[in-house]
Amino acid sequence: MIAETGLIALLLAAVFALLQAVFGLSALRPGGEPLLRAVRPVAIAQAAMTVTAFAMLLLVFARTDLSVKLVAEDSATTLPLLYKVTGAWGNHEGSMLMWITILALAGAAVAIFERRLPERTLAATIAAQGVIALGFFAFLLFSSNPFERLPMPPPEGSGFNPLLQDPGLAFHPPTLYVGYVGLSVAFSFAVGALLTRDVGPAFARAMRPWVLGAWIFLTLGITAGSYWAYYELGWGGWWFWDPTENASLMPWLAATALLHSVSVLATRDGLRAWTIMLAVVAFSMSMVGTFLVRSGILTSVHAFALDPRRGAFILILLALYIGGALALFGARIATVTEGNRFDPVSREGALVANNLLLSAILGVVLIGTLYPLLVESATGEKLSVGPPYFNATAGPLALILVAIMAAGPMMRWRRDRLAAIGRRVAIPAAIVVVALVVLLVALPGLRILPLLGLVLAAGTAAASVAPLWKRNLRRTPLFTYGMVVAHLGIAVSLAGMASESAFSQETLVAARPGETVHVGPYAIRFAAIDPVAGPNYTAVRATLVATRGQGAPIALSPEQRSFDNPPQQTAESAIATRLDGQLYTVVGEPVPGGRWQLRLWWKPFVTLIWGGGVLIALGGALSLLGRVLPRRRAKPERDGYAQ
Amino acid sequence: MSLRTIRILLWLPLLAFLAILALVAGGLIRPHDSAIRSQMIGRPLPAFDLPSGRGDTARVRATGFADGRPRLLNVFASWCIPCIGEAPQLLALKQAGAVIEGIAVRDRPADLAGFLTSNGDPYDHIGLDDTSGVQMALGSSGVPETFVIDGKGMIRAQHIGAIGPQDVDDMLAALRDAR
Repeated sequence: MIAETGLIALLLAAVFALLQAVFGLSALRPGGEPLLRAVRPVAIAQAAMTVTAFAMLLLVFARTDLSVKLVAEDSATTLPLLYKVTGAWGNHEGSMLMWITILALAGAAVAIFERRLPERTLAATIAAQGVIALGFFAFLLFSSNPFERLPMPPPEGSGFNPLLQDPGLAFHPPTLYVGYVGLSVAFSFAVGALLTRDVGPAFARAMRPWVLGAWIFLTLGITAGSYWAYYELGWGGWWFWDPTENASLMPWLAATALLHSVSVLATRDGLRAWTIMLAVVAFSMSMVGTFLVRSGILTSVHAFALDPRRGAFILILLALYIGGALALFGARIATVTEGNRFDPVSREGALVANNLLLSAILGVVLIGTLYPLLVESATGEKLSVGPPYFNATAGPLALILVAIMAAGPMMRWRRDRLAAIGRRVAIPAAIVVVALVVLLVALPGLRILPLLGLVLAAGTAAASVAPLWKRNLRRTPLFTYGMVVAHLGIAVSLAGMASESAFSQETLVAARPGETVHVGPYAIRFAAIDPVAGPNYTAVRATLVATRGQGAPIALSPEQRSFDNPPQQTAESAIATRLDGQLYTVVGEPVPGGRWQLRLWWKPFVTLIWGGGVLIALGGALSLLGRVLPRRRAKPERDGYAQ
Repeated sequence: MSLRTIRILLWLPLLAFLAILALVAGGLIRPHDSAIRSQMIGRPLPAFDLPSGRGDTARVRATGFADGRPRLLNVFASWCIPCIGEAPQLLALKQAGAVIEGIAVRDRPADLAGFLTSNGDPYDHIGLDDTSGVQMALGSSGVPETFVIDGKGMIRAQHIGAIGPQDVDDMLAALRDAR
């Protein structure tokens, strides 16, 4: 009965989504005003039904109801409870249901909390949200029903991909999805504003918190995903330019650009068309990313097998939504009156440069991600575009972007003088020069990108706190602190990336128990290797004892796990985190002669990468609080170092 | 730029999107070859020399496979649940005349004896692969997996996962082809 309840809730949700779209759009017609009031409750009802359906899915997974096809295919009675529950979204149908649950919740949140947007634009926005939901409900109901029953329940389920059996799965996909799908709100805002032709500072101020909210989750999701890949895949890397990672990076780049352009629109009423465009692009990238990855068109660890019929269904939805929004843009944006103009040397100018660079990086990543597809359709050859392309193209662009980001907040709105800017950036510039000289003298062999990264990180760290310089810290608005913390986070993260790339040391040896190997400052004794049995796997566990100088020994136990349902081996790395870096150990295959492959890395300051990511998200959160909490002071924001 | 040019430019994003859409649609329609061909097919068995899993002093050697008789090489373990599922099929194959050699991964003779008693024993010999070394060298990533080895000791086919009732005929055909 649980599965049937879920299915009925899903059907009702689809009906509410249809009503939401019809009411919202009819409200825009002359005489449709009475419908304005009905739109909000319908959106809330839609969310309530969708959440019910998702709760039912969690329930059938938690109880391992093997008569439900999805449970039989992706779970097993032997799994620990945590993975039974997270297994609900570790598959195509379940993850689509989670996706649409978040979409419905986002729509309901707009219906409940949005008070600044004009009623008509709000109705159009909620209608757009309903149209998006309707398509994906149709997709779930017609071709990806998560509640399908089996005529004969099997005695045991087929099990759950061991790579996904990790606590990270409990948090990483939901966080990322909130980010992805949260951007749908910006998309719907843009569509709503295009329908009512009401694009201006008020619209931008209403949209900004929603963009910020989605962006915070996207940032956290990417950070968590990067750390997850780092320790779970056991390859020692933190970013692989895998299509899935690109699929999460592209919406982030667009949302970051949007976040800054929406500030120009809110503060100075500039960049109207551009902001609308970015709002459309950001969510389009989310949808394209989800589709590309899930369809298996681009192969990736994250691909769930998908039949071409489902792929075609999603493709048609994307064509309708993205194509429709872009067509609306082409047809309507010329009738939106032009916003204010500004001098190139100004805060706006720097934000435009920031936007162009973010868009350029987005383009570079998009081309690299789609290129294998292009080549395959032209020549039939299969190839993959890897880190060499992305690092060489996106790397330098990102460094220039960081340099502009460092200088931007020190410029004034509307118009600024180069000489004055020069005086303000003098201290960070001096730090850059000193760092460059010190690094060139102390470490002459450093490669160019890590070198520039380290130098720039030092300068940016100094520049990012400059907006607080000589200010009354208690009267500084929260969103300014948000900007400072987020920019500082970029500097911290960049320092971690550059340090990891420049100073990492790796040792790959075949060692016998009892032997000692060295990596970085550590001497590591291979103490023992033992078989162990987990709840649903068997493993060999190496015991390593690492010592550094006279310090206390650290015990590390990396494992090589063999799962039998489905059969697969995974390497469980063991990591020791210290203030100045991480010791990362993996035990590999046995080598004849009683020896075992050990991979050991010493990665100085690698944790800064994710620490920076968390800081960036924290900055976003401060900014969001600053925007939605009652103003702490009445001073107009354009005078200060507003974001 | 004239207003006219700007009006036309505003449709560029839509055109770019349609181009990407066409590309992706092409990728979707094109038939996919998702079957993974084992890299080991056509190669000789990797060298190995394993102790017997039956408690006797016999050895199971790769060189023993090159005696002119095609064989099945079944990688299994007593702790493996799907291996219990495929045991009837292995017995059926043996009945049909197949010679089956086993490699037990990370196993103990006592556990093996119990497994064979309850599920039947289709194996001519069983080698103990305590470290998964042979399993790895075979390019096998899990248990059970079954290889078809021809009379010269070359790998001719690899079946990943348990042998189901529907696979028995294919397996026998592969053995005939390997003659």
